[in-house]
Amino acid sequence: MAWLLVLVPLAFALIAFAVRSDRVRPWVVATAGMVQLPLVFLALRRQHVEGLNGWLQLDALGKVVLGFTTILFAACACYVPGYLNQRREGNSRMFCTALLAFFAVLTLITETHHLGLLWVAIEASTLSTAPMLYFHRTPRSLEAIWKYLLIGSVGIALALMGCFFLGYASLYAGHEPSLELSELIENAPFMSKSWLHAAFIFLLVGYGTKMGLAPMHTWKPDAYGEAPGVVGTLLAGGLTSGAFLAILRVYRIVVAAGEADFARKPLIALGLISMLVAGVFMARQKDFKRMLAYSSVEHMGILVLGIGIGGGAVFGALLHMVNNGLTKGVLFLSAGNIHRAYASKSTDEVRGALRRAPYSAGLFLAGFFAITGSPPFGPFLSEFTILQSAMASHQYAIVGAFLVMLIIVFIGMGSTVLAVVQGEPGPLPDRPTSNERFLTIAPSVFLLAIVLMLGVYVPAPLNNLLRVAAQSLEGR
Amino acid sequence: MTNIADSLLIVVLLLNFYTLGTSRVRAVIMASAAQGTVLGVVALLAHGKIGLLSLVIAVVTVVLKGIIIPKMLMRAMRDVGIRREVEPLIGLVPSLLVGALGTGLAVLFSHALPLVKEHAASLLVPTSLSTVFTGFLLLTTRRKAITQVVGYLVLENGVFIMGLTLVHAMPFMVEMGVLLDLLVAIFVMGIIINHINREFASLDTTRLSQLRD
Repeated sequence: MAWLLVLVPLAFALIAFAVRSDRVRPWVVATAGMVQLPLVFLALRRQHVEGLNGWLQLDALGKVVLGFTTILFAACACYVPGYLNQRREGNSRMFCTALLAFFAVLTLITETHHLGLLWVAIEASTLSTAPMLYFHRTPRSLEAIWKYLLIGSVGIALALMGCFFLGYASLYAGHEPSLELSELIENAPFMSKSWLHAAFIFLLVGYGTKMGLAPMHTWKPDAYGEAPGVVGTLLAGGLTSGAFLAILRVYRIVVAAGEADFARKPLIALGLISMLVAGVFMARQKDFKRMLAYSSVEHMGILVLGIGIGGGAVFGALLHMVNNGLTKGVLFLSAGNIHRAYASKSTDEVRGALRRAPYSAGLFLAGFFAITGSPPFGPFLSEFTILQSAMASHQYAIVGAFLVMLIIVFIGMGSTVLAVVQGEPGPLPDRPTSNERFLTIAPSVFLLAIVLMLGVYVPAPLNNLLRVAAQSLEGR
Repeated sequence: MTNIADSLLIVVLLLNFYTLGTSRVRAVIMASAAQGTVLGVVALLAHGKIGLLSLVIAVVTVVLKGIIIPKMLMRAMRDVGIRREVEPLIGLVPSLLVGALGTGLAVLFSHALPLVKEHAASLLVPTSLSTVFTGFLLLTTRRKAITQVVGYLVLENGVFIMGLTLVHAMPFMVEMGVLLDLLVAIFVMGIIINHINREFASLDTTRLSQLRD
């Protein structure tokens, strides 16, 4: 079963590569989404999903990430046929193959319990997203992809160094070194503290680069700005969550070693810096796709901040990962529609989207309210949980900074979003009046409905998984 | 045996300096190839006894880092017609000095680290740190995309050396996965280099500056 979940998207990737017809290929992607979704939910209901001598193991934390990223993937997969129909100039074969391969790798990330294999999978996810970023074949996208590849590869090389340090920490303590999660957790209390600390910092910086935490976020606005909306969704909701999961795996080991207090400080610092950087760069941001990238930086900051605060905030951070990922889907997919309707992503040209692309603009606006934490959407609930827990543990300085930053982001993001959706559409190049089709709208509506539901009521199975995952992270 | 390994690691250190001190792109690529080959041999020695798997890893390392990847880079270099690294952000002599300083600090620093007895006397850890530092230096101070890729390769070599302290912890499959990822990464970067050259008529990465806030 564990293997099957990785192999199914991989098989579809091969099919997409083999299919010659540009018209049929996007439907291979859509089919893959429709096959993978029930398959994953079948696996989520099982108690034990294992493979490869325990290297693959679906625990509660992995289940949470796998579950919501699969929903996101299914929505993107249904969006792809409508999207590629409107963008015929790009290389559809590379795009579809890379998209499916990326999802196979992301599934592997959620399942693996071996830090070496985890590293291989995360590096592979970087490489499989690169061809998708180059879909538009413009000089600007080349610049974006170069920064993405180089910064990402260096970050990930540091993470490998961190993995070795972690192994060395057990070696120094006289234990047989291993990179298997269960053995590392077992050995953790005896590990050499200084090697463990060094390992955590390297892994945090390395995987933090992939997650896009400030100040290692510099690739993000460029990559998200130039990427098609679908790819932005998969990066902001999928890849970054996979990297966050990797950090959580390492955090779990540090907690088992009794060094949670050491790990919390850098997590809180990176979290607050990310929120601050995002707030500063979001103010007067004219490019609405880059704005979404900074929003992603902000929310990655909230995630690590939640872990750093500890206690009930860990539960909040995990819930927020789900909320953020799904809301990013709403935002990126609708932003992609608006981008195509205007052939521009700058607020200099894009105005009055509510008239020109009413459904997309409405979804974009709703997504904005959701992501900035307005009730009754999901992110409100998860951010509230994090704040509440910080209050309960008397971390008032963090609460204050958190609230101030949320307001700054709300104002900065709001001015750009309102500039996009309001007003009169200016004179435009000759384009059909509406490019909105069922398949480019429905996926966002579907995701928004889930985000709305999560704000009102968290289903019991998800709640249980989150609780178990949060407890395991706290070492209980 | 450790004597042989240590002398080979000194060769690795010298190659670090060579990559920092030369402006010819061809020479930088060749130096990284030589470094990769030497590391394949060191990997074999580090395994202690020569078994089938350790032999396979060493051979794959030599073939990938010593032959295939440099060949790909050489071809990229020929395709784009670049021979020299012009005007690095830090001159060749200063970057050589910074590299020497970094190596010295790496040696001092690894003396302060808590090391297992068999590693305390060996050069593995200081060489690893110094090679990572050299890779960083190349990545950040060189302008040509192709030299930056070599910088990444050198950085990866440094991480590889650190991995040699843990040869028994890394399963065969993972080790192969790491090497495969490296190969694909360089392959993709090579393609991008070609496209950058075609679009910008230059490989100067300082021209990649359209995207900003």
